[in-house]
Order: sequence, then C-alpha cells, then structure tokens
Amino acid sequence: MSAPLHVIRPAERRLFPDIRELWAFRDLGVALGRRDVTLRYRQTLLGVIWVVLQPLVAGGIFSVIFGRVARLDSGARSYFLFAYAGFVGWSAFSNALTRAAASVIGQGTLVTKVFFPRLVLPISALFSSVVDLLVGMASLAVLLMVTGTPVGIAALTLPLWVALLFAMGLGLGTIAAALSVRFRDVQHALPVLVQLLLYASPVAYATAAVPEPIRRWFLLNPLAGALDGFRWACIGTAAPSGMGAMIACAGTVLALVAGFAIFAGFERQIADVI
Amino acid sequence: MSSSTPAISVAGLSKAYRLGVEGAATTFREAIVRRVARRNGSESQAVIWALRNVSLEIARGETVGIIGRNGAGKSTLLKLLSRITWPTEGEIRLYGRIGSLLEVGTGFHPELTGHENIFLNGAILGMRRHEIRRRFDEIVAFAEIERFLDTPVKRYSSGMYVRLAFAVAAHLDPEILVVDEVLAVGDAAFQRKCIGKMGEVAREQGRAVLFVSHNMVAITALCQRAVLLEHGELTREGAAGPVVQHDLRGLETLSATPLSDRRDRTGNGALRFESVVVRNASVGGGLVRSGDDVRVEITYNSPSGRLQNVHVDTVLWGAFDEPLCQFSSTAQRGAFDVAPGRGTFMCTIPRFPFEAGSYRMSLYATVNSDVADWVMHAATIDVEPGDYFGTGRTNVEGIGMFLVPHSWDVTS
Repeated sequence: MSAPLHVIRPAERRLFPDIRELWAFRDLGVALGRRDVTLRYRQTLLGVIWVVLQPLVAGGIFSVIFGRVARLDSGARSYFLFAYAGFVGWSAFSNALTRAAASVIGQGTLVTKVFFPRLVLPISALFSSVVDLLVGMASLAVLLMVTGTPVGIAALTLPLWVALLFAMGLGLGTIAAALSVRFRDVQHALPVLVQLLLYASPVAYATAAVPEPIRRWFLLNPLAGALDGFRWACIGTAAPSGMGAMIACAGTVLALVAGFAIFAGFERQIADVI
Repeated sequence: MSSSTPAISVAGLSKAYRLGVEGAATTFREAIVRRVARRNGSESQAVIWALRNVSLEIARGETVGIIGRNGAGKSTLLKLLSRITWPTEGEIRLYGRIGSLLEVGTGFHPELTGHENIFLNGAILGMRRHEIRRRFDEIVAFAEIERFLDTPVKRYSSGMYVRLAFAVAAHLDPEILVVDEVLAVGDAAFQRKCIGKMGEVAREQGRAVLFVSHNMVAITALCQRAVLLEHGELTREGAAGPVVQHDLRGLETLSATPLSDRRDRTGNGALRFESVVVRNASVGGGLVRSGDDVRVEITYNSPSGRLQNVHVDTVLWGAFDEPLCQFSSTAQRGAFDVAPGRGTFMCTIPRFPFEAGSYRMSLYATVNSDVADWVMHAATIDVEPGDYFGTGRTNVEGIGMFLVPHSWDVTS
C-alpha cells in the first residue's frame, strides 16, 4: 500500500507558513492578482486616471499647506514635485497594506469553499498595488521631464526602497488580515491608523524639517528611511541616513516575519470563524 | 473492496464547533466581555459536535453517496476532506490529489469573460495554468459556450453559468473527486451529462468519487455504495439501494414542523397555524409518492373566539422558488366558519400529480379579508417516485414537474 499524499489531523498551531505549499499554489496567486488588475483597469481610462489623480491632489494640498502656509523647506526644486513623489511611494505602502488587510474578509466564499494556503490572498493582493505603482512612476517620470529634473545615480537604488515599502505594507497588512477575521473592528481601526502613519512619516514634509529633539524618535519609524530613500532615488533629495536605512530594513523584515507568523497561527481557524 | 487500492481512509473523525466562548467573539469589545465573563465563571462552553467518530474507507474506482438530513454533518465531512476546516479528533488519509466541488462556480466573477473565468476558476480549484490551457478546448466544448467565450458571465443565462462552472470542475483530473449537491441546479439534460461524466471518471479512470445529494434517484443511479449520516454520526453504510430505502423510511412525519415556534410570519393573529402534517392517505404514513392520495392536515388555533369568513390557501413551490400550484379553499368551497380554540383544516389531493422531488409549502389565511397568518416556508414535502399511471412501474427520471393522465395509440 502506497503512502498517503495527505494526512489530515487536528490542527496544531503553525509557527510559520508552509512555504513549499505556498509555492505550489503560485498559479492561483497570479490568477487572483490578474483578476484584480483586470477588474481595476477594465474601464481603462478611469482606472489610470484614479491612480494619477490621487498623488496629484495630495501633492497639491501638501505643497499649499506645508510649503506655503507652514513654509517648510522640502529641499527639492519644487514642493509639489517633492510631495508628489512622496505620495507615490507612500501609496505603494498603503495600498499593499489596505488591500492585504481586506483580502481575506473580502473572499469569504472562497475561503469556505476551497482549499488553498490562505496566505495566497494577501500576497496576491499585492499585484494591483504593483501595477498602480508602475502607473504612478510613469506619471512621475513625465513630471520629471516637464520640470527638467535630472535623474541621478541614486535611481539605481530604487528597487530596494520599493521592495521595502511593499514588504512592509504586506507584513502589516497580513497581520491586519488575520486579526480582522476574528475582530471586525480592525476594519474600522485600520483607516485611522493609516491616516496617522501618513502624517507621522515624511510624506508631506522632509525629515530635515523635523525639529532636532524629536527627530531621533521620528527616525525609529521604519517608513521614514524607506520613504526618504524612495524620494532620494526618484528626485534626488537628501539621502537617508545610514541609521534610517538600517531601521527601515530591520523593520521591514520584522513586519514580514511577524505578519506571516501571526497569519499562520490563525490560518486554520479562518474557515470556521469567517 | 478490502483488496483494492484505498483512496480515502477516515478514522474516528470528529468535528466540534465551540459556541459561547472567546472563539466566537467578533469584536474586541465582545472578546473582553467574554473574557471577564469566563473569569467569573458565568459563561459555560457550549460545544456542538457536527461530526462524531466517523470511520470510512473508500477505494479507487468507487462512487460513494453521502445522504442525510440537513445538519447531519454531510457538509462538514466534505469540508474536512477538502481541507477547508480541520478536525477536532481523528484522522483522514488521502491517497491522491483531491478536487472538491462544494459550490458551482466558486470565485466566478460576473464582470470577467467566460475565457477569463475558466482560468480563474481552474486556478481556484487547484489546477496549474498549463493544465487549464491543455484542457481549455475540452472545457469550452463540454460547457457548450463557444460563442460566448468573450462575453462577461454576468450576461450568461443561469444554465450557461452552471454548465461552464461544472465543465471546469469536471476537467480537474483529481484522483479523488468530492461533489456537493451542485447538480441540483441546471437543466435535466445537462444534469444527466454531468452524472454521466462523473460515472465515467470513477469507472474508467479508476478515481474515487464522493457525492452528496438530496436526489435519491441520482444517488442510486450513480453510486454503488452509500453512507447515511444522522446527527453527525455514521449510522448506516452499504449498497446504495438499501441505505437509501432505510433513509426514506425515516422520512415519516418529517413534515410535522412545529409551526407554533416560527417567528417569520405576518398577519394579525386572529387565527394561527400551529402545525402541518402531510400524510399518504392511500397507504398511511408520511412517505409521499407520485400517484398516491395525499392529505394535508393543518392545525390552527383561534384564540379570540368564533371566526367567520375564514379563507385558507396553500401554495406549492418548486426547487427554484417558483409557485407551481395553489390549493385554495375559496375556489373550492367558499368561506369557513371556525370555532374558538384548536382545530384542523384538511386538504385532500387525490392521485398526487407531482414528479419526485422536494417541494415547499406556504400557508395563508384571511379572516374578513384581513391577513390573519402567513408563513412562507411552512413545510417541505419530499416526493418519491411512485406508480402514477397505475402500470406497475415507477416513473423514475421524468422530465418536468407534473404528471398528467394521458394515453398513447398508434395507427398505420
């Protein structure tokens, strides 16, 4: 008698997701991601316009309030360009976070009717955020050309910062996704938290504009280093400090590992409580 | 069977759902309240066993039917086998890839085209992309939707939708196929095609098929073996015919629903329905067959004294919630006068003219043209195939819902 392919026993709490199983379901992740992107961009014009409109509006508001009213120094050629680039980077993080967080609850029927590693859901939610970022980057490139901003050698580091922003969003989003299955109030708390993070991170203002005594605490936010890095690579503002970059890397790894571990602990209960 | 290759081996399987403990809390506030309640010992742990100590062996090439009432544990068993949820006790060994079809078109998106949905649904069911590409033409041909491949499925008819959904699942190629009641939808011709496909999968390709259905005819036609689940326990196992027969005998007075406890009703309450019993007036008992005389006994209570001008109506509804036929006291005999307290309305239907299947019954009463009581799904009537035409043969696998007296002749 051959050995069974699967042995199902009472669920023990997993410490970390089964990465091999996850890999075996990569086609599902791609299919779900493709679905999200298709649906988002099916009405092509509208899809693209939304993605470009958001940083445009945010950049406009930020440059008026922080640049004109508060008279902060952005360290860039124009405050608008500075805020625009910052918001594109921020969107990569916040989209990855909010879409991953909503991915499990939003797919309730899938979770109760089919088996697959549940972690596929938050990961596949990343696809549409990647496409949104590409559109955002393209619009930023147009803006750079129009304003005649030179692109420096720092642009080569762009993939690192983008990866950090996405991974941090995914990690935190995965925690939120797991918790929101049990506690529906996470869905309500999350937008508030994201809003708070937006103003606690150097999106609308430069790190240099933060007064010295609190800057050291400010830099403990791993997003600060990643966003500074992103903007340095895109529009050549001041490079992030070595410490800032290190905190960003460490924070991202921590968020991702913690997110996957917490999710794995919840994974087998999801279908029972959703 | 013991000498053949196993496909599924289930040993001592149990599944408990906990109610009233922290696990059921859905907000932080609730969780905190419960935690405090538990510390004070004011909340006990209610446990519901959806499945209890079930053991089962299924070999390659076998088709096994799972039957039982709603809530008997059929769906839980399929969910455990499909690895959607995990057991509380016991063990399942699966000797091969499992494909489960617990719902028609899981993950179908209305805005996507048929083409896109085939790839999406295939991936959701566990197919690799290259497998879907290889079987794509077959799937399209099986579903008969060639011309509508680039149409969003929201524009599909329900028949096309079901055909496409089943077609994807039927080409899944698992060693073990688990199917839950999905054939209840779709037209008769396609149902037969699906049943044929499932039988073929089991016999010719040596796969195991596990099939849950309320359709006893399909179970007997398709499965060699059947298991009966009652209250989460496996109470009977063996050749499909005898197990199905045993289950049908258990149907007795199932329709005697305690209507008095129902809240989903409208009306001023001048008169209230308390229970409905559907009896077989020809042979006695509660088993209803096409062609037998059927008597519906509706018990009522009129709390506030003598009532005049009372009309009673009952409507029979089909599987798609379509009204089939109305039995109205108004049309048949005019108004009733009703004495205070309890009593029974009786409606006799000679030579019950419906095909085998499950029907629902609604009850409606007016007193002086005001609605007194109205219950939509007051009872279910499960009709079994019977000898409607008096030929000594039962009319199995008929098309349509009604049986009409008729005769045939030929001249030449």
